[in-house]
Amino acid sequence: MILATATPWSGVSSLLLPALGQTAAMVGIVMCIVVTLGLPLGLLIFNTSPRGLTPHTTVHASVSWIANLGRSLPFLVLMATVIPFTQLVVNTTIGIKAAIIPMSLAGIPFFARLVENAVREIPRTRLDVGIASGASVLQVIRTIQLTEALPGIVAGLSLNVIAMIEYSAIAGAIGAGGLGYLAVNYGYEQFDSHIMISCIVVLVLIVQIVQFGGDRIVRSLTH
Amino acid sequence: MIEVTALTKRYGSLTVLDGVDFAVQAGEIAAVVGPSGAGKSTLARCINLLEKPTSGSILVDGKDLTSLSRRELRSARRAIGTVFQSAGLLQRLTAAENVELPMRYVGISHGERVTRVRQLLERVGMLHRANHYPSQLSGGQQQRIGLARGLALKPSVLLADEPTSGLDPQTTSSILRLLAELRDELRVAVVLITHEMDVVRNVADSVARLHEGRIIERGTVAEVVRSSDSELARALLPLPPGPAPQHESEVWQLRYERPDVDPSWLTSIARELDTDISVLAGLIETIDDGGTAGRVTVRIERPLEDAEVRAAFASRGIHAKQQATGRAEQLEPQEPHRTLVRSAA
Repeated sequence: MILATATPWSGVSSLLLPALGQTAAMVGIVMCIVVTLGLPLGLLIFNTSPRGLTPHTTVHASVSWIANLGRSLPFLVLMATVIPFTQLVVNTTIGIKAAIIPMSLAGIPFFARLVENAVREIPRTRLDVGIASGASVLQVIRTIQLTEALPGIVAGLSLNVIAMIEYSAIAGAIGAGGLGYLAVNYGYEQFDSHIMISCIVVLVLIVQIVQFGGDRIVRSLTH
Repeated sequence: MIEVTALTKRYGSLTVLDGVDFAVQAGEIAAVVGPSGAGKSTLARCINLLEKPTSGSILVDGKDLTSLSRRELRSARRAIGTVFQSAGLLQRLTAAENVELPMRYVGISHGERVTRVRQLLERVGMLHRANHYPSQLSGGQQQRIGLARGLALKPSVLLADEPTSGLDPQTTSSILRLLAELRDELRVAVVLITHEMDVVRNVADSVARLHEGRIIERGTVAEVVRSSDSELARALLPLPPGPAPQHESEVWQLRYERPDVDPSWLTSIARELDTDISVLAGLIETIDDGGTAGRVTVRIERPLEDAEVRAAFASRGIHAKQQATGRAEQLEPQEPHRTLVRSAA
């Protein structure tokens, strides 16, 4: 009975490929936003901390608090909470466009923390080198903090991409499309085991590829 | 040259540096020693202005660095090169790129940078490692690169913060030789912060001891080891532990006061005083000014007038002092043991 409703294997790809494309688009757009905003935010959190280039207790505390806020809500709750904001920004609350807003809001603070951690890992003497040689704040950030932390930042990036793939699946619940939506609507609700299995296999493969590729890049960046 | 005057650094109510004064001339290596927690690293961070001093002044080539604005400070900092503990090289840059980095900050042209990097690497003997990454270099090689980088902007002051910590003795002495050569060739004023007394003895011209944020002893290395029995002098020239003395009234501690002590003093004094002299422990070294410095513990085998013994040594440039009494008693276990029994009764 269950197997009888399954999409024939030959028909799976016509559903799977568009979904894969939607997931890729969502994650791709979100990651662009996340890196653009999360990277400066992470550097701001680090550099306003006592160990940073321009320590500032108030700024650090507030920025840090905001970043924690974004990370403290479960994604499903966050997505529901920000619906009015989503409506305001993209003028819709369903579909890919609507999913991008909560995904970015979850991804930015996550990435900011990963960046902050990567920079914090750099030993103090290496951070001091720039200042002691007369570099400006921006020169230190560019030539020392970002350069030395690059392997850590790339590792954070692959972690972030994987988290965003997961969130995109959850966003399937608001009709965002993609693999998660396909798995839930066809696989779960219509007992379509072929779709379910295909979605799982594809998701597992993507995550493995992202992690493997990320690790390879990190290794090639580490001397 | 660099002149530090009344340098004070407080963190809240905690005073880490308390009115530190010292000056280092061009072509001089001045060591600052002290136990951990004495304020050495804070002093280093104040000298290169990574930390702003609470009060006091730091004059480099006549310019007070503490009174400069942030922007002026950036260019003034270039007069001070820093060699960091365990080199602090950037791991993702090659040796040559590390040396080049400070020059990129100040906008030196590419052509000049390349020439200068080459010269510096050649000077520290690392040209053949120019394209290696720090992780491919040994600790000593990394510190050579660190030295080259510290000198990249032709500073008049070189601040070396524990430059040999973690290096083996052989590598340490090769780094120190290089430091001394650079001092002589480039006439930089070197502030050497260290806790290793061997380093001070081998390379420093002068030494200051920092204790709880104050400099409590200073002088040229030769002065300190020849003219006093202070804590610094004993740390610089430690007396190796000898056998426990049996007749301690006859045990003398000697210190070379002159750089040209005749090494045959042992036999000549034994002959003069008509006694055997046993050497129990000793350390005699050639120090930086070419003279010798030494500490020796001897036992005079025949009872003699103290004054006579002192005079005999003094005439040969050796200060003699009878070993402090009371030390052996302290080591004796019977005394506290008896007290214990008595108090129990």
